[in-house]
Order: sequence, then structure tokens, then C-alpha cells
Amino acid sequence: MIKVDAAFIERVTSDPEFNATACMNCGVCTAVCPMEIELLPRKLFRYAMLGLKDKVLEHTESVYQCLLCKMCEANCGADVHIADNVRCLRGYISKEIFGL
Amino acid sequence: MPLPTGDVIGLMVDNLKRRKTVFPISPRKAAAWARDLGIPRGGETVLYTGSLYQLLPYMVAAVKNMELMENSILSRMVTVGRFFNRFINVSAFIARPSGADVKRYGGIIRNIARLLQAAGVGFGYLYEDELYAGALAYDMGADAAFEAHAKLVYDGLKQHGVRSLITIDPHTTNMLRSVYPNLIDGYDLEVKSYLEVLAATDVKPVREVSGRVAVHDSCVYARYEGVIDEPRELLTRAGYSVLEPNEARKLTHCCGGPIESLFPGTAHEIGKKRVQQLAACHADGVATMCPICMATLQKAAGAEVRIDDISGYLAKAFCEG
Repeated sequence: MIKVDAAFIERVTSDPEFNATACMNCGVCTAVCPMEIELLPRKLFRYAMLGLKDKVLEHTESVYQCLLCKMCEANCGADVHIADNVRCLRGYISKEIFGL
Repeated sequence: MPLPTGDVIGLMVDNLKRRKTVFPISPRKAAAWARDLGIPRGGETVLYTGSLYQLLPYMVAAVKNMELMENSILSRMVTVGRFFNRFINVSAFIARPSGADVKRYGGIIRNIARLLQAAGVGFGYLYEDELYAGALAYDMGADAAFEAHAKLVYDGLKQHGVRSLITIDPHTTNMLRSVYPNLIDGYDLEVKSYLEVLAATDVKPVREVSGRVAVHDSCVYARYEGVIDEPRELLTRAGYSVLEPNEARKLTHCCGGPIESLFPGTAHEIGKKRVQQLAACHADGVATMCPICMATLQKAAGAEVRIDDISGYLAKAFCEG
């Protein structure tokens, strides 16, 4: 069963750095990502915006595999601040899960 | 069994909080490169190394050990090590650098300082008072530790009366120029990379050099900070022919280094992809401008491609001796 966590949506999307809502879902970011991980970054952001906290946490390793290289951003047609958005999710995991 | 992400990050963040650096390097060792260069202590304009070049030999040594632990039962040792690292500096045993690497990376900073001196740029150095800028903690999302550290760095700079910084690597440049101002009220330091500073001078070659040099742009310089033309302009002015690999300038391909401490095997694969692009240039050498890029690509290239920091190429042309 997939659970929607409203508090998680609020927490992530209220961060001023997080603007994944501007994503047009075109998929260029995933196509140009050197990591070639299907989840990064578009699908990950969908999970976050839908409040699927468990799905995000299930992919914690992928969240930290992002190189923050901004190749995706350089090719993004919607000016999504992808690296900052990934950092937001890392900030959540580092604080809430790793206790840092 | 993969390395425990939370404990690897935690080890580095614990170090930042307790020891003011992510890897165990003493302030004396971090400042050793400057010995006998006659750089004044402090001043309004300082060369800010951010210790990244000095830390690289320690990171290289740590990654070697991480590779042995990755995907084995030994990965649990990181969790145990992190616990004891609170009391004794366990990370000092995980990251023991080779003397040759320490000398090599120190030599790069010496080249950078000599280049600035050759160009007539006046600058000081904070020696043992200089701190790591905290990029690794920022990238890993350890926001509380990073923000506290950033304020410590800024307060230290203000106490020394510093007004402008000349940085030597892209990550420190990005922290001090683009990240700190969003965290610290009234932040008023001017920050420029030494490549930008040198390119704005009329420094001329004192020795004839030649050769075909391929440029590997750092993601952070090219896409975060817009430092793209300066390295090319300086290499051309020095006398080299500049070659562009497939995926260059703003569309440069990452070296893989940013994830090396957590996923060394994957980072190595990314590095190998980039080395193939660089090898296809058939250049006499490749110039990098970030210590993380240099270390990751050198490891991936082996003897296939000669990869060196850009400062070495420039010092051959612009510096006496």
C-alpha cells in the first residue's frame, strides 16, 4: 500500500529552495544524467510532491548518488533548480533519518 | 553490503563539528605549503585555499579503504568507527596519506601562489587560521552543521579584517561567493577565483611553451560559477593550443568525484567515461582546475592520459625558476 504523508509534502515543498512544481515532466533531465538512474531526478521529485515519503526513503541511496553536477539543470526547459531540490531532500533525510 | 550512507556522512560531519574539518588534517599541515614563499600573514586581500587541495591526499587514502569495505561485511566497520571517532580521531587511521601525495598537492598551491606573485597581485594568507569552507557538509544536506561552520569561517575572516578572497578551487569559490551570502546577514566579502584574477592581469609568459592541452571543465566552475573562458584564455596566452573534448564548457561531463566517498565504485565508472572523452582529443595533456576532478580522473585514466592541474601548465610559462 502507498501512503500519502501530508506533513512530508508541506515540509519539503515549503523550503524556498524547492521548485520542482515547475517541472513539465519532459524527461530531458533523466536522459542527460551521467548516473543513468531512472529515478533521478524527475521521478524522485514526483514522489516528494505526492507526499510518498516511504518511496523517497526507499531510494535514499539514489538521493545521495546524485552528483549535483547540474547537467540536468543546464538542459532543463522549465528552470527547475534540480540540484537545490535534491539538496532539500538530502537535508530532510540527513536531519530526520540520520539525525545530523 | 553497501557503505552505510548515514554513518559515512556522519563521520565527516562529526569531524567538521569537533575538528573544524571533514578529514583529519592539522592547521599546521594545511599551511605547510606556504613555507618560504614570503607571503604576508593576513591582510585585506587573502589567498583562501579552503584546504581542499591539502585534504585531497587524505580523501584519496580514505577512499582506498572505503573501496575495500564497499559491498563487504567490513562496511559495518564504518558504523563502529563513527562511534569511537567521537572520543578519539579514528578517521586519522582511515585516512593516512602518502608523503608523495601531500607534496604533490602542496606543490599545486605553491604554483598558484607563484602565478599570482608573477602577475604582481598583492595578497596575504591566514596560515593556521584558515578553515575549510564546508562544501562537503553542504552537499550532503547536513544543514545545521554547515550553517554553524559557515558562520565560524565568516567571523574568523572579519576578525582578521579580510575584505576580499582569492580562491583556488571551484567548491570553495562556490561556498564563499554563492552559498554563504544566502546564510549570513550583511555578508560583504568579494570572492574571485585565482583564474579570474590572473586573466584580468596582463601577466605574460617568461618562457616559451607549446603543446596541445585538452580542458576538463569542473561542473561547479562551469555551471555554478560561470568560470569557463578564463582557463582557456590563460592557456592560450601561455602558448598552448587548447582542445575541447566532447561535452565541454557549460555542458561538461562530471568526473564522478562528488560521490566518491559514498559510492567509490560508481564514481570510478563515471570517471572512466569522462577519461574516454578526454582521450579522444589526442592531446599532449589534460588540464583540470579542481583537485577532486584531478584525483578522480587520474585514478580512472591510469597511464592512458596525462592529467594535471592547470596551474602546472601555467606556471611553466608564467613563472621564473
